[in-house]
Amino acid sequence: MQFITDTSSKDPPWLRRVLTGVALLFLGAFILLPLASVFTAALEKGVAVYTASFTEADALAALKLTLLVAAITVPANVVFGIAAAWAITKFDFKGKSLLVTLIDLPFAVSPVIAGLSFVLVFGLHGWLTPEMQTELLAPLAKIARSGADAGAVGEWFLDGIANWLEDPKIIFATPGIVLATIFVTFPFVARELIPLMNQQGRDEELAALTLGASGWQVFRRVTLPNIKWGLFYGIILANARAMGEFGAVSVVSGHIRGETNTLPLHVEILYNEYQSTAAFACASLLALLAIVTLVLKSIVEWHFNNVKRAAALNTKQKFQ
Amino acid sequence: MAFKLKQKSVLPGFNLSFGITIFYASLIVLIPLAAVFLRASGLSFSEFVAAAFSERVLASYKVTFLTAFAGAATNAFFGLILAWVLTRYRFPGHRVADALVDLPFALPTAVAGISLTAIYSKNGWVGEWLDKAFGLQVAYSELGIYVALTFIGLPFVVRTLQPVIEELEPEMEEAATTLGASRWQTLYKVVFPQLLPALLTGFSLAFSRALGEYGSVVFISGNMPMRTEITPLLIITKLHQYQYKEATAVAAVMLVASFILLLIINLLQRWAERRTK
Repeated sequence: MQFITDTSSKDPPWLRRVLTGVALLFLGAFILLPLASVFTAALEKGVAVYTASFTEADALAALKLTLLVAAITVPANVVFGIAAAWAITKFDFKGKSLLVTLIDLPFAVSPVIAGLSFVLVFGLHGWLTPEMQTELLAPLAKIARSGADAGAVGEWFLDGIANWLEDPKIIFATPGIVLATIFVTFPFVARELIPLMNQQGRDEELAALTLGASGWQVFRRVTLPNIKWGLFYGIILANARAMGEFGAVSVVSGHIRGETNTLPLHVEILYNEYQSTAAFACASLLALLAIVTLVLKSIVEWHFNNVKRAAALNTKQKFQ
Repeated sequence: MAFKLKQKSVLPGFNLSFGITIFYASLIVLIPLAAVFLRASGLSFSEFVAAAFSERVLASYKVTFLTAFAGAATNAFFGLILAWVLTRYRFPGHRVADALVDLPFALPTAVAGISLTAIYSKNGWVGEWLDKAFGLQVAYSELGIYVALTFIGLPFVVRTLQPVIEELEPEMEEAATTLGASRWQTLYKVVFPQLLPALLTGFSLAFSRALGEYGSVVFISGNMPMRTEITPLLIITKLHQYQYKEATAVAAVMLVASFILLLIINLLQRWAERRTK
């Protein structure tokens, strides 16, 4: 840190060297080595084999499902995260700390147990068995079917929805994978936004209201610009976890090749079939995702630090 | 007097945002987790004990808790050094090193699992050397689980400590030096006590994560019942054998352990906050 100029609070050079050496060695052995090994194992048999591994049909289907799951879970958690942060930071109500703890809960629960809990609710012997689901969704299915038959706009889309509603599958199908993924990524956005919006307080929103802005305008023009970086940060983390989740998804997926396999599950199957190169090739795609995530994360943190430094400079100038 | 949930506020949107939050949290978190406990409570006492505390399950608790504890302790030690080095020192590649700490958060656990297995198996980069030099077999043993759980838990300790180290007041260290303390005494008696709450919080977070970890462990552990079978894997095995009751009973025990840890973490965080104020 720049502000430590007095030598009295500095470590002697030998200690610096020893500690830095230990830290970097640990980081290298435990973090860098696994990352490097993914790419070397993937490229072991040349580039042609490498690219063939993830352009093959099952791998592409897995990639598509992974992208679809992330495309549903991340926006869902953004809506929830903003709603939760708004309720928690802009109002005072009873049981607030309980609600905050509840939001943190998924981080403390094993992903495997998360998957199991959805099986217990929606599975064959669950609270809401597939027959009950069909019965419950029958009226909705009828509406969607009549819409599709009438040739409304987006007929294929309505048709698809109607098909699903008439024979709803949650466990061992995409909806179960989506639910389990939402569970494990549940806290990310809300946890980024709550401390940020707490710190920003309510004054700016109140001022906007006084000036005649509507509630929606206040959110869009005042709150959103203030939280956009924090929101982005939460989205990056939630997205990385959504695309990479393994344990929770493994329980609810059913492992049907080309249908309910996400990319991480596909890696597992290939690995267990001793197709090591193909497994590492698909794994390298996920490792690339991790690297992109880290880079984006660093950019956001760098931005945050600049904002902090600018704020500190501002107050300093005011006092001078 | 009528029950009032919230204090008066002129800001709009409470009902909408609160409604969405409660609905979503209930659907995704509360109801499913309640299902685990309610299903488990449907078992008779002897059924529950037979399912959740059979010999094989007890062995899985033992290996899970021991390796998670060892992994978290390793992270507490090296994480403290890493956090100190990354916040206090500047060196070439500092930025990259700092970003890399988060890799276990960003890298899918299955990828971590197969790459660690590749490195630590008998013909892997590190495994070959460990085998020849010490006769140590890491992959497919308890040591492998420990390695995977150490990998997974590292960011928790470092990221909990870093902001606390940044906020340390240099005056404290200067005062200690002025009063004649050696640098070692200052670190040990002035700096370390201030970091202790955050260090314990980071340790508990890493421990809690390690208890539930599945993806990175299944590949490296070898999954031998009674020896290297972790509890999350045992739950999945029971599910695949359609032993829903047994799986639920074990899950309920692990959930209780998680909740106790969450409570401890909350208390530790409160302690840490009081320290800094």
